[in-house]
Amino acid sequence: MNPKLTRRRFIKGVIASGAAATSTAAWYSATGQERPSGFVERLVRINVNGQVRNVDVEPQETLASTLRYKLGLTGTKLGCNRGECGACTVLVNDTPTYTCSVLTHSFKNDRIETVEGLESANGDLHPVQQAFVEELAPQYGYCTPGQVMSAVGLLRENPSPTRDEARHALAGNICRCGSYDSYLDGVMRAVELTG
Amino acid sequence: MAYMHIGKDFTPPDVPGKVTGRIKYAEDYTREGMVYARLLTSPIPHARVIDIDASEALAMDGVIGILTADDVYPDGEPQSTSLKILTNEPTLVGEPILALAAVDEKTAETAIAAISVTFERLPFVLDPLDSLQPDGADAYNGGNTFVFRQGFAGEKWTADQVASFRAGNEPTAEPQQTVAYGDLEASFGESSYVYEGTFTNAGYPHHSMEPRSALAYWEDGKLFLHGGSQSLTAFADGLAGIIGVPKEDFVFVNAATGGGFGQRARAGSVPVYGVPAKLSQKINRPVMMRVTREEEFTIGGARQGLTGWIKVGFKPDGVMAACDLWIVSDNGGKGGGADAYSAADCISVLYQADAVRFRGTAIGTNTAHRGAQRGPGQNQIAPIISPILDVAADELGVSRLEIRKINSAMTGDVGGPQRTPFTSAYMPEALEQAAAAFDWEGRQSRRRQTNGSKVVGLGIGQGYHNAGRSGMDGIVMMGADGRLKIHNGVGNLGTYSYASTSRAAAEVLQMPWESCDIITGRTDLHLPITSPQDGSNSIFTNTRTCYGAAQDMLTKMKEIAATDLGGDPADYDISNERVHQIADESVGYSYAEVAQRAMDLGGKFTGSAELPEELAEWTQIAVSRLAGTGFMGIFHDPRHEGNPPGFTVTACEIELDKETGKIDILEMVSIGEAGTIMHPKGMDNQLVGGAVWGIGLSAYERHLYDPQNGLPASTGYWQSKVPTYLDTPLKIETGWVDLPDPENPVGARGIGEPSMGSVSAALTAAITDALDGHIFGASPITADMIINHVAGTTEEAVPLAQNNFRG
Ligand code: FES
Repeated sequence: MNPKLTRRRFIKGVIASGAAATSTAAWYSATGQERPSGFVERLVRINVNGQVRNVDVEPQETLASTLRYKLGLTGTKLGCNRGECGACTVLVNDTPTYTCSVLTHSFKNDRIETVEGLESANGDLHPVQQAFVEELAPQYGYCTPGQVMSAVGLLRENPSPTRDEARHALAGNICRCGSYDSYLDGVMRAVELTG
Repeated sequence: MAYMHIGKDFTPPDVPGKVTGRIKYAEDYTREGMVYARLLTSPIPHARVIDIDASEALAMDGVIGILTADDVYPDGEPQSTSLKILTNEPTLVGEPILALAAVDEKTAETAIAAISVTFERLPFVLDPLDSLQPDGADAYNGGNTFVFRQGFAGEKWTADQVASFRAGNEPTAEPQQTVAYGDLEASFGESSYVYEGTFTNAGYPHHSMEPRSALAYWEDGKLFLHGGSQSLTAFADGLAGIIGVPKEDFVFVNAATGGGFGQRARAGSVPVYGVPAKLSQKINRPVMMRVTREEEFTIGGARQGLTGWIKVGFKPDGVMAACDLWIVSDNGGKGGGADAYSAADCISVLYQADAVRFRGTAIGTNTAHRGAQRGPGQNQIAPIISPILDVAADELGVSRLEIRKINSAMTGDVGGPQRTPFTSAYMPEALEQAAAAFDWEGRQSRRRQTNGSKVVGLGIGQGYHNAGRSGMDGIVMMGADGRLKIHNGVGNLGTYSYASTSRAAAEVLQMPWESCDIITGRTDLHLPITSPQDGSNSIFTNTRTCYGAAQDMLTKMKEIAATDLGGDPADYDISNERVHQIADESVGYSYAEVAQRAMDLGGKFTGSAELPEELAEWTQIAVSRLAGTGFMGIFHDPRHEGNPPGFTVTACEIELDKETGKIDILEMVSIGEAGTIMHPKGMDNQLVGGAVWGIGLSAYERHLYDPQNGLPASTGYWQSKVPTYLDTPLKIETGWVDLPDPENPVGARGIGEPSMGSVSAALTAAITDALDGHIFGASPITADMIINHVAGTTEEAVPLAQNNFRG
């Protein structure tokens, strides 16, 4: 099993950085609209999918809010906004990260990858995406971008995981449809595609 | 039969969008000028709103408007237990009282906090048996139950009657409903083993991952609403009525849905979509209403909790002679359901008992909104009845597999209190297939083997749900490009049945899948009415409509060819996207040509005349807008005869740790019996997904309420546990019987619900097996209950408690 990608490591990381958002209020920092007076904001440069983006970010704004509501990257989903479901997972420096539970201004020097950044320049799906299509891994699909990102993170760290290693690596991603078996088939198929 | 599409895997068109994040769920949309709505919800379980002072909020910069129940229901709120768009009479924590719109979410939140609502607190109750006490509180204003066409009523038992039930005895009160067949007394008289005991099924949330956020705006007098639902046209049809907008002026946009599981099948479960619709109308701006996980928990629905007493008798050879079932259902603060009746129906179908009696009473509590959840009733009773069968088998010296075979439903049998014949039923074949794939006989030597504190348990279980409706409509279109456009109103729930049912139309016209387009995702694409996509019905119901519409197009193709090219329609056949003479294939039209001829001819060929009678109003609107635009095949489905069942069988081996109460599922095999298999990978998904739900039902999922204040103690995934990758088997083996059903043109029936019941039945049976036949009479059986049982600790919680700890 790859300890780098476990839920525990993620949680430890969040605690260490002091970056966890504490309430659902952060969900509603969707701006880009008129703002009420009194908010201190600042321009932040973040690297998303290989592009440096300048964003106006509130001090308490979560990375999920920035991605979805400032940058229009709605592939990153919000299922719980409280660090329980994994729908909001992206890669930060290759490590799966719950974007609902970290603040955008903590990531000024990091490499952020969302599900929108996985396809190649010519439009080919990433092997994990291709494998998930072939195995019909998604059902209703709301958790799928998070599952994809956790699987991509796993394969970067460990290109040939066992099925059991894969299930531990993806354990922080809930699928309410219960498509776990199909997602694991997808990860193992991705290993074949990249092998 | 050799099919071109049926039984073959394919990639449904929305799958790439799901893995790239490109497909849009309701909250992913924006609209120019969009403002944001937040809800103010009830902080207490039962109350009446006396006064709302929003003056300070409305004076804030950026606040645009407010919507209250008085705006929505100027003539007073409807008197029912249904959820309302907004209410002044909340009967559960979290029920929406008002909504406020502002330029952004934060302003809306800040303004909501500045609104002062004066509530009159009313007595609340969390357990139906407490409400039945002579001095018990009533969940609703006007009683604790709702009688159809009569209104609210109070239902009370004597204190002795409640105490006796809690002590484990048969209820002696008068039930609200009694349904029976057969001679119960005589059948129990023939029984040589009789089990009698009480049981509980805990309520728990649907927990759809996409909260019910919605965007609404009005343009050119039409309401556009982006939301999530299980059903597309059936849902829109109902929602138009709830909002009060004419069907022809309502556009429901719903390309993808992040979960339903029964809760988003019908609009009555999601009236909160009326909030952005009405608010948008009031303030004349597009309104995005985002719903939080906590709000989704409170209004997102929950399974009915059941508190029951069951008595089952078996003849010496293992035949189930009689089953007597008495259930008090927890209807929650809003909603309800017929889960209890379906539980009795399920026992009758699955075990073919000679006599069955069901008695039931449904009582409200000030807890979550209740509504149908995956296999409502059938799946709660599955983990209750399965261990009883096993204990009976052991007592009678019959094998646990054999007792299920003896009592199996087969083609020619009838089931349920209505004694309805099956359209077909192959349960013995499913049992055989599961036993073979699992090596049930070979594994018996491992039964109850111990390894330190761990013990092996084996379980086998069955699931059932009625899996088919009829009477809906189908539309297919073809333009001069010769492509087949299949208009499908099923809805995209993730089962991909919107796509697999469409393939029945492609099959009829022998059309390459690449030459077909599924028209779906928004109702202004002119979609026919369908049944709500619940109850495992879509495959059966909508293969009939798609097949019928394509047959109509095929008939018309032959008629046009015969008229133009000579001969009789019967002289024509199709192949390679051409309609041609059988005798001389060179005489004919390509599909593109025949479609052009249909458009030249008009009339019935383009949906402008000779339409089937009895088309639903919704379909008529769609047809009127499509008429004359292309070659149309149109069909109204007559009713079918009998009960098309969906069956599953699951076998599993577990290791139960008596020290920790932890269960490890080592092996699991699930076999489906759903007629012809339309889409193998889709079938596999339903079986493995149902398995995870069954594991949750048996071992993990329940919600809890604080008894002092009536507040939900669980509002997220963590506190009301959904199984994760680590709670489920590393690999679930699946298979299917694949024998056709005669009432469906391609032989198919549904499977979504029973796939959960058989897993729950097998897992609970395996837990009972590992604990030497101890029957908990409960779902879920949590680790603490196992530890308490092993330690011989007496149950300290209130017996038969709902919405609270048990064991
Ligand atoms: S939305 Fe971030 S973990 Fe659920």
